[in-house]
Amino acid sequence: MPKDNCIIEVEGLYTRFGNHVVHENIGLCVQYGEVLTLVGGSGSGKTALMRQILGLETPAQGTVRVFGEPLRGRNRQQTQNMRNRCGVLFQKGALFSALSVYDNIALPMRELRTLDEDMIRDLVMLKLEMVEIAPVHANKMPAELSGGMIKRIALARAMALDPELLFLDEPTAGLDPELSEGFVKLIKTMQSELTFTIVMATHDLDTLVALSDRVAVLADKRLVALGTLREVINTDHAFISNFFCGVRGRKTLRNNSSIL
Amino acid sequence: MMPEIQGSNSPLVLRRVAGAEGIPCVMVEGNCTLTAIGERIQQIATELSQFATEPELRWDLTQVARMDDAGAVLLWRGWGNQRPRFLFVRPEHERLFDRLEETWTPPSEATLDRLWPIMVLGKAVFLLWEHLVGLVILMGQLVLEIKYLAGRPSRIPWREISANLYRTGAQALGITALVGFLIGVVLSYLSSRQLQIFGADIFIVNILGVSVIRELGPMLAAILVAGRSGSSMTAQLGVMRVTEELDALTVMGIPHSLRLILPKVIALGLAMPLVVLWTSAVALIGGMVVAEFQLGLGYKFFLSKLPDVVAVSNLWLGLGKGIVCGMAIALISCHFGLRIKSNTESLGEGTTNSVVTSITVVIIIDAIFAVIFSDVGLR
Repeated sequence: MPKDNCIIEVEGLYTRFGNHVVHENIGLCVQYGEVLTLVGGSGSGKTALMRQILGLETPAQGTVRVFGEPLRGRNRQQTQNMRNRCGVLFQKGALFSALSVYDNIALPMRELRTLDEDMIRDLVMLKLEMVEIAPVHANKMPAELSGGMIKRIALARAMALDPELLFLDEPTAGLDPELSEGFVKLIKTMQSELTFTIVMATHDLDTLVALSDRVAVLADKRLVALGTLREVINTDHAFISNFFCGVRGRKTLRNNSSIL
Repeated sequence: MMPEIQGSNSPLVLRRVAGAEGIPCVMVEGNCTLTAIGERIQQIATELSQFATEPELRWDLTQVARMDDAGAVLLWRGWGNQRPRFLFVRPEHERLFDRLEETWTPPSEATLDRLWPIMVLGKAVFLLWEHLVGLVILMGQLVLEIKYLAGRPSRIPWREISANLYRTGAQALGITALVGFLIGVVLSYLSSRQLQIFGADIFIVNILGVSVIRELGPMLAAILVAGRSGSSMTAQLGVMRVTEELDALTVMGIPHSLRLILPKVIALGLAMPLVVLWTSAVALIGGMVVAEFQLGLGYKFFLSKLPDVVAVSNLWLGLGKGIVCGMAIALISCHFGLRIKSNTESLGEGTTNSVVTSITVVIIIDAIFAVIFSDVGLR
C-alpha cells in the first residue's frame, strides 16, 4: 500500500482501559478523498479509535499520524492548522448551548481572526442553506431545536472551515429513517461538491452502504477486515456474517444490490 | 491525484493579462480555499475590488485548482455580490456561485425598545414573584409529602436522608472547624486588646460567649453550608435535568419532591444545628486559647464563668437559627436546581443565583431573629 497517499495513518495501536484491552495492534490507512466507515459491535472501540485519531485520547501504544505528521509533539501553530483542516460531527451534536445557531457556526470562523464580520455572515448563511436550515432559526438557541436540526447544524459547524478531513460519529443515530436518509443524501452531495475525506463510525447499515468507499471492521480487539464493501462481506468472520448477512443486513444489501 | 495534493497550498494569484483581441482579462490561478488564502485575505479583497471597477473585464477562473465556500464568497464579495458580465468558470465551481446567487439573508436582530428600563424592571419584578410563588409551591408540596409519609412510614426515604446528612453535615466539619477557630482567635485577640485598656479583662467571656453562641457561630456555619452544600444541591439537580434523569424519575412514578427534595431539606434541617453547635464550640475554643495567652485567663475559669454570663436561651436561639437556615438553604437550592434548563449556561447561572440567594436569605433570617428575640437572653 503506498504509504504516502494516507491522510491518516494508524500504526500498531493498542488501547487499554485499566486491565481491559480494547484494541490490539491496529494498523489503518485512510486515503485522500475516500469515505472510510468503521463498524463493529457495541464496545468494540469504534468511538475509542476515532477519539484517538482526533487526539482526544492517547493510545497506550502505537502512533497516529494525521496529514503525515504525528499528533503529539506539534507546536501550537501546527496543532491549530491541523485542527482547522479537520471537522468533527459529534454523536449528539455538541453544539455550544450558550451560543445561538448563528454564533455556533460563526465561532470557528471568528477564531481564525482573518475574516471580517460581513464575510462571516455570508458564509454562515451559505452553510445554513447547505444543510437546509431556514434563516428564521439562525437566532435560536440549541435548546429550542429538534434532534434532527441539531445534527444538521452540527454538520454545518463541522463544515464551517471547509475541512479536508471530516469525522462523523454515528451521523444518523437518533434520527428517524426519513431524516437519516436526507442526512446521508446531504453528506453525499457535499462530498461530491467539495472533495474531502470522511471517516465515519456507524451502526446503521443503510448509511454504511450509501456512503462508504471502504469499510473497516473492528472485532475481537483487532481490525478483522478492511476493504470495499464487497471484499468485506466475503471475509469469513462471525461478526461480519452476523452483521451483514443477518435478516436486516441481507434486506439492506438486496435493496442496494446495484452497489455490489 | 498526487499533484493536486501537493498543490493544495499553492496560493491564489490574480493576474491581469491581455486576452484574445486585446480584451483585458483577469486570470485567477492557484487554490481558492480558506487555507490557501490565509492571512492574505485583505490584500486579495482590495485587489479584487480594484478589478471590479471595470465592468468590461473578463474573469477566467478555469485555472483554479480547488475552490471552497470561503473562496467563492471572497470572489463574490469582490464582485459586489453579483456575477460579473464575462465569467469563465469550471462546471464544478459553477455550483458554488449558483448557491451564492440565491443566498439567504439573515433575520434582522430585534431592535432595542425605548422603554427598556421599564421592561427590565418589570421583568425583574415578575421574576421575583415567580420565585416566591415557586418556593411556596415547593413548600406546600413538601408538606403534602410529609402528610403522605405519615400514613406510610415504610416509604420514608431513610437512605437518602442519611446520605445527605453525611454529605452536608459530617463532611462539612473540617472546614467549619477551621474557619470557626480562626474567627474565634481573631475576635478574642482584638477584643482582649480593647478590654485591657479598661482593665475589664474578665468581660472577654461575655463578649465571646454572646457573640459566638448567639450570632457568629450560626451565621458562619450557615454561610459556609450555603456555599458548600447549597451549590452542590443545585448543581446535582441541574445536571440531572440536563441528562434527563429527572424525567426518568417522573416516568417511573417517583416524585422529585419525595425522593430528592424532602430528604435534602430534612437532612440539612437536622445537620445544620449540629454544625452550628460544632462551629460555636470550636470558635469558643479558639477564643479561649487566645484569652489564656493574651490575658492569662485560665480554661477552667473561662468554662465555669461561661454559663453564668451567657443565658442558655442564647444557645437555643443559635440552634433554632441553624434549623431554619438549614431548611431555607436546602429549599432555595432545590428550587433553583429544578428551574435549571437543559443547557450549560443555565446550569452555571442557576448555581450562582442559588448560592447568592441562599446567603442573602440566611442573613435576612438572622435579622428577623434579631428583631423578634431582641429581649431574649440578653441582660
